[in-house]
Amino acid sequence: MTQSLHINKTYKLYIDGNFSRTESGRYIKWIDPKKKMIINFCRGSRKDFRNAVVSARSAFKAWSGRSAYNRGQIFYRIAEMLEGRKEQFISELILQGFTKKQSKKEVTLSIDRLVYYAGWADKYQQLFSRVNPVSSPYYNFSTPEPTGVVAAIAPDNSCLLGFLSVVVPAVVGGNTVVVLASESYPLCGITFAEVLHSSDVPGGVINIMSGRHDELIEQFSSHMDVNAIIYCGADSGHASMVEKNTALNVKRAVKYADQNWINPDAQGPYHIMKSQEIKTTWHPIGY
Amino acid sequence: MILSMIDLTTLEGKDSPGKVKQLCYKAAHLHDQHPGLPTVAAICVYPNMVPVAKVALAGTNIKIASVATAFPSGMTTLSAKLKEVRFVVDAGAEEVDMVISRGKFLSGDLEFVGDEIYQVKNACGAAKLKVILETGELVTLDNVRRASDLAMNAGADFIKTSTGKINPCATPAVVLTMLEAVRDHYVQTGHRIGMKPAGGISTAKQGIQYLVMVRETLGQAWLTPDLFRFGASSLANDVLMQIIKQNQGNYQSSDYFSLD
Repeated sequence: MTQSLHINKTYKLYIDGNFSRTESGRYIKWIDPKKKMIINFCRGSRKDFRNAVVSARSAFKAWSGRSAYNRGQIFYRIAEMLEGRKEQFISELILQGFTKKQSKKEVTLSIDRLVYYAGWADKYQQLFSRVNPVSSPYYNFSTPEPTGVVAAIAPDNSCLLGFLSVVVPAVVGGNTVVVLASESYPLCGITFAEVLHSSDVPGGVINIMSGRHDELIEQFSSHMDVNAIIYCGADSGHASMVEKNTALNVKRAVKYADQNWINPDAQGPYHIMKSQEIKTTWHPIGY
Repeated sequence: MILSMIDLTTLEGKDSPGKVKQLCYKAAHLHDQHPGLPTVAAICVYPNMVPVAKVALAGTNIKIASVATAFPSGMTTLSAKLKEVRFVVDAGAEEVDMVISRGKFLSGDLEFVGDEIYQVKNACGAAKLKVILETGELVTLDNVRRASDLAMNAGADFIKTSTGKINPCATPAVVLTMLEAVRDHYVQTGHRIGMKPAGGISTAKQGIQYLVMVRETLGQAWLTPDLFRFGASSLANDVLMQIIKQNQGNYQSSDYFSLD
């Protein structure tokens, strides 16, 4: 039998449910720690980000309008798909310099995390809703609602588990997301799009970009049609830029400076609440 | 430039005087947070809304355009069409957007169509006449060209692509065909006929593409609201968002602009 030709993968962006190249045509060369393999991945531009936000905005209404139970089902489906592609993600992690043991653990924890949040999809609302005592003839209650379009800068040091720990709680809560994958370990964030693509997630709900964080954080934080930003990183310059720019349209800002994503406190319903808004309703009681 | 060429349009069955008043206000105050913007060229409404618009636009330079001749289908008698045209002109419309009889046109009765345009033009008096070809129903570009020539020879001041009710509306191919007809008409007769693509133009990028097409086909002379218009309802907001983006540097959200 003849040896078949090795086919390399083209690492692309995932915008509006499509695997598209960056409109800028730019790419970043990435060399694995063993200096064996060179990978070119897209250096996304502000224009790509703009397109992703347009897509996230148009997907928001339908996604937030789905029943919470259905969102849970879809996340469970994502977990199933990741389970099926376990080996691929483990080998990508190994390629990026992690040990076999670390890689296995990261993928297993990632699947667990997806299932964990799938379960929360139709439960956090009850937990964080309340009836408020008011001294007038009103029935007064508060419920969480999704904020809207969330822009996320995924953690640079945890390319799969950290990525998911940021994206999943926001999307489970009915938001749509544009996420910038890790720059140092780009592989799993980018290829996670392949899992999403086969998981009944509507196009535009999760948009994945790769590129230079330095260049894109300003765009992520200043876009007026983004309602919340999650910034993972310890760079004080970036953090203060995010803070300053969120003031433009009063975005919700969430920051994780040095979160250990393996710790149990890296998951929980409170992470969902970080991209939720509380709506309070005053309903008159007739006499 | 795009803003001053827009015919801000509302042509829906559910239009109310309130909606038209709001549209008229928007026509004159595109985005007050950004001073120095032009007003749009005209607003385009149904015949029964012309008196409302007349009151709402008093004291501005914005023109009132009304559709007429049983828009959007054109399926009525000539006498009813002429009556409608006289009504809107008397009510204060300075521009009349008529539709051609596509059924007659497609069955080859060009004489009927041409005669109808001619009579509507006479009924318009001083008002400008825009002739809507409804290119989405004309099937081929050959037909578009033939209808353009027919309309221009019968007295149209403007030729317009579509009603906005039939898809496809304005497409680059159709607009180019019509622009070439306008160019050839100018070469033959020396008359400058205006052009109005309408329907489906909602982004600033599309707007610029059409402006380039006009500039390349007809030259600088046509880049004025007297000879070129966009029929659109949501184009204005997208252009505004791009202008603010240019000024402030960050991408904008429709949350901060008026509703259409």
